[in-house]
Amino acid sequence: MILQRAYRQDPEFRRGVVDMLGVAPGIAAWGLMTGVAMVKSGMSTVEALLMAAIVFAGSAQLASIPLILAGAPIWVILATALCVNLRFVVFSVHMRPYVMHLPLRDRLIAGYLTGDLTYVLFVKRFPQPGADAVERTGQMAYLVGNGGINWLTWTICSVLGVVLANAIPTQWGLGFAGILALLGMLCSLASTRLRWMAAVVAGTAAVAAFALPLKLNILTAIAAAVVVCLALEKAVQRQPTPRADGGH
Amino acid sequence: MDNFFSGETHAWTLLTIVALAGVSVLSRSAFFLSDKDWALPQWVQRGLQYAPIAALAAVIVPEIVMTQGILIHTLRDARLYAAAAGVAYFFWRKGAGQVVLGTIVVGMAVYLPLHVGLGW
Repeated sequence: MILQRAYRQDPEFRRGVVDMLGVAPGIAAWGLMTGVAMVKSGMSTVEALLMAAIVFAGSAQLASIPLILAGAPIWVILATALCVNLRFVVFSVHMRPYVMHLPLRDRLIAGYLTGDLTYVLFVKRFPQPGADAVERTGQMAYLVGNGGINWLTWTICSVLGVVLANAIPTQWGLGFAGILALLGMLCSLASTRLRWMAAVVAGTAAVAAFALPLKLNILTAIAAAVVVCLALEKAVQRQPTPRADGGH
Repeated sequence: MDNFFSGETHAWTLLTIVALAGVSVLSRSAFFLSDKDWALPQWVQRGLQYAPIAALAAVIVPEIVMTQGILIHTLRDARLYAAAAGVAYFFWRKGAGQVVLGTIVVGMAVYLPLHVGLGW
């Protein structure tokens, strides 16, 4: 079982925790304001507490709350949440080779814990899936430590936001700290020119396609960035390079 | 405690929320479910290295340059300066420990006075 002590004692577990702690204040402020928003939008306290405690998907929560309050059919609510979460499906394609050695239950736990920032930090730390059992255990230990802290921070702060909803001023815009946390992560990923290009293309496409329903602008933007960058990679390769080794 | 629990709770809503947690699990595990041997085509593997940064940019940029679905047409917006300050801090201190934390702190130090103080 992936939550066992053997994983928690792996040095990568600590590393995963430390990496996530650096962005935790942003997640905390964002979770807090999501908790506040749930109550202010008119959910009952019990409903808001349950959602804060288990759903662990900020944008899907914010998208589904108005539908719940309007009494929309459950399949509409779930389909909306799924569409908002489609980027996670893309992430799961990427993460598959890292987790397939685990039994199904552990894969589901690993999936649940792989939010945006955990995915980004994980694939940054481990560009390739582990080659042997030791490496694979280390990678999963990192994932559990990193995702665990993300989950704890988000959940505790969302619950706090629900409890303190009437004491926290929403007009201060504290939730912007969450965007700054993501912005810092973006900067740390921008290590090559093509990755910068991916950010520029995706950011522009997300604004241009903003009118799409169900936050599909995000998936559109990811697709546009991947296609443009793959095409540019090809164009760069086709040009004769001055490298003497002729390698690729 | 009486005033703490506000609003009417519906069993159906609670069930919907549990199902939403299920959507979180299933969407993030979508390609973990099948045990079948199956590998990604090479070009997809290469393409996926751009997915993390693209996803972040797609989430962030509209949150900085749009208000209620419309591109802003003003420079009097605290988010622009906060984001610029955060990015500047990041590349100034790049390589130091916890530089993302600093990005958040510097960004908010610019954001709050402009937003709360000047109403930008």
